[in-house]
Amino acid sequence: MKIVRQFSIITLLALIGEGLHYLIPLPVPGSIYGMLLLLIALCLKIIKPEQIRETASFLIEIMPMMFIPAAVGLLESGNTADLVPMLIIIVVSTALVFGASGLVTQAVIRAEKKSKEEQV
Amino acid sequence: MSAFVSTSAFFGLAVSLLAYQAGAILYKKTRFPLFNPLLVAIVLTMVLLAVFQIPYDGYNAGAKYLSYLLTPATICLALPLYEKLGLLKKNAKAILLGILTGVLTTMVCILALGALLRISHTAYVTLLPKSITTAIGMGVSEELGGNVTLTVASIIVTGLLGNITAPMLCRLFRITEPIAKGIAIGSASHAVGTARAMQMGETEGAMSSLSIAVAGLLTVVVAPLFAQLL
Repeated sequence: MKIVRQFSIITLLALIGEGLHYLIPLPVPGSIYGMLLLLIALCLKIIKPEQIRETASFLIEIMPMMFIPAAVGLLESGNTADLVPMLIIIVVSTALVFGASGLVTQAVIRAEKKSKEEQV
Repeated sequence: MSAFVSTSAFFGLAVSLLAYQAGAILYKKTRFPLFNPLLVAIVLTMVLLAVFQIPYDGYNAGAKYLSYLLTPATICLALPLYEKLGLLKKNAKAILLGILTGVLTTMVCILALGALLRISHTAYVTLLPKSITTAIGMGVSEELGGNVTLTVASIIVTGLLGNITAPMLCRLFRITEPIAKGIAIGSASHAVGTARAMQMGETEGAMSSLSIAVAGLLTVVVAPLFAQLL
């Protein structure tokens, strides 16, 4: 029954998330509301990590596989005149965004570490 | 064959799972970055459908149950995030600045490259939400008058790129802090990248999960402003 109980909690969060998506006129999916709700519930100790752990670990472990159907569906997506420039933009911007966000985070972490060391 | 497959409830699921495992074995044996299990699974499945002329709908009749699990899986990302909450609080400034930089860089890059390559306004707003998670991205694209199908395609391609190249990009940009790695992966390549971040480490995975939500919400606010610029 343990896994059933864990699945019930997660399913209930998905349902509430779906409800919020229905009620709030923003392009935010139920999954994101559900994720925020679970985080709040964990912080407020309404849900304990043990109450969802095994099921959560399983779902996160198999998550990469969940993208296969949508990606295979790319076969069916329409053609566009802008295909080549769009591909160039996707490749270049993905790499630049990766570098920019990672390096800014790293620079701030290191600056904060340094200033703390100087204070000591 | 095609008639049976189109009515089978398990064909798509079985093919997807087996193709992924084939990819995982291939990667384990060769350690060659292009043999990313997810990429191998996608290519193998596409080839199989093409060779046996199986329509996508027939495949998806079984495979859609995998997509169905995405919502509960995304919700569960809150657990690793919660377990790294101390780290998040301690580095809140760095994390938020990093994600904000990521969102703004996405917008500016697409604007600059779009102007340079003279893409249409529709193509421009179609691409703006490409680095955020599919469900939010679809909504943003629709609101801005983009081509939603192409937005979904761009989001998936972006995610796959991040998933495959994350370790290489970390080396290239000399990103060594686990927190920074996670923020970079999540900001650039949403949930598909996060799946890879989870395999790199708990901190990387937690930070990448956080970026999905924060970058997604920031884009909802910022993208409409950028949409008017091209």
